[in-house]
Amino acid sequence: MADFNIIIAGFGGQGILFSGKVLACAGLLEDRNLSWLPSYGPEMRGGTANCSVVLSDKPVGSPIVERPNVLMVMNEPSLDKFEDLVVPGGKIFVDSSLIPRKVKRDDVEAFYVPATKLAADNGLKGLANMILLGNLIRHTGCIKEDGIADALHQAIPARKIDLFNSNMNAISMGFEY
Amino acid sequence: MSEKVLMKGNEAIAEAAILAGCRHYFGYPITPQTEIAAYMAKKMPKINGTFLQAESEIAAINMVYGVASTGKRVMTSSSSPGIALKCEGISYLAGADLPALIVNVQRGGPGLGGIQPSQSDYHLATKGPGHGDFHVLCFAPASVQEMADLTAHAFECAEKYRMPSMLLADGTLGQMMEPVVLPKPSDAGKYDNSWAVTGTNNERKHNIINSLYLSPAELEKLNFERYERYEQIKKDEPMWEEYLMDDAEICVVSYGITARISRNAVDEARKQGIKVGMIRPITVWPFPVEPLKKAADKVERFICVELNMGQMKDDIELAIHCKKPVDLCIRTGGMLPSPDEVLAVIKK
Repeated sequence: MADFNIIIAGFGGQGILFSGKVLACAGLLEDRNLSWLPSYGPEMRGGTANCSVVLSDKPVGSPIVERPNVLMVMNEPSLDKFEDLVVPGGKIFVDSSLIPRKVKRDDVEAFYVPATKLAADNGLKGLANMILLGNLIRHTGCIKEDGIADALHQAIPARKIDLFNSNMNAISMGFEY
Repeated sequence: MSEKVLMKGNEAIAEAAILAGCRHYFGYPITPQTEIAAYMAKKMPKINGTFLQAESEIAAINMVYGVASTGKRVMTSSSSPGIALKCEGISYLAGADLPALIVNVQRGGPGLGGIQPSQSDYHLATKGPGHGDFHVLCFAPASVQEMADLTAHAFECAEKYRMPSMLLADGTLGQMMEPVVLPKPSDAGKYDNSWAVTGTNNERKHNIINSLYLSPAELEKLNFERYERYEQIKKDEPMWEEYLMDDAEICVVSYGITARISRNAVDEARKQGIKVGMIRPITVWPFPVEPLKKAADKVERFICVELNMGQMKDDIELAIHCKKPVDLCIRTGGMLPSPDEVLAVIKK
């Protein structure tokens, strides 16, 4: 499988780091090399948050993704910050209900999902991240589809496991969108 | 095959310490290492261990001194400014010949500095973190797996030589998650610990743990004895990894997170036909002198890649007797170099 250098970015509280953790857990279950690196510090308390996920067949060198081939953004400042870093031919996933503008580049593939609106309309409030992630998984194939449920199960802390079904529904909704 | 789990570097240190029989943790919170304390706070009460958040870093290191005196495995963790506060206690541990583990998940300095990753405590850690003539064993992990493995190894080495060990990590390694196979359980007791103060039962003369020696002759003798041990350590304990060094004409020297970044740069340079390799110190004290000395006869130049103003450059130049030039690729203050920045220095 190809190497995936993924950046997921948005506001603190949108589940940015958790989205990356789902991919990391899937990578673990597929026995691939991987790293997950969060931004840490004050930005976690409401500023911009992002995380780098590397999924690779080779041992992971730097865990810091400088040139992503997959970018998922949930606010405009993040699109502004990371759009130019995406490698040509890369894929950008945009929550179009939060980011009014389009991707400017024409050498990347853009996917627009009104994830926050879909979440609100379908009783999945707060799960826009999982909707967008579902779409990302479908269009990148960065993790295996049949491993999503197990990965999600592992990523959710035991005390919150009652949220499994709603998270899984959100991923499916994004996958089908 | 043992099971791989996904863990943050900080959590891997904590779990590895518990697996290594450590049942006493004393600390004081500071970013970016607080996950270690949080993990210990959750786990220690369940395994009949002690987690104590002390009133200060200084109090915590002195609690470590207390438990270390009994020969039991004990640790503290902090980040750069907090480690500075612990230095008095670390010196006392060294002066009393006590094994203990001190974890330093470094952040930018000096002063309160910042909370982003750094390697700016290299001098502090490798030259002796405190007053007086002494060293600590100093390990520089470069992955979550090594965070776990070197934690167990650091405990054992500390006991073998009766001295403190320091795990010198940084904020990136502490915060990142990677798959890790946790080390097998172990415990103290492999080496003589008849020195420990565990109660005499009126059956033996009491032991004294002390770092105060008012007779200059006696203190001098102890210092010379300690440095004889250090010479043995320099012979037996250096650890390093060589990467693509066989035909290398340029040698990158880097430890910890910057070694990871450098590896990407080395791979890219190789694709471009540049014969570059890397020596990654895993122990930074003792410094892996031998492989560098050997490389000095083969390569044209060295590149020191670090998250500080080039503190390791001195050690490289000493190791190679200044035979070849040593270029720097450095970032500080919490900034990290990109592989492209390292590549640019390789291509210079």
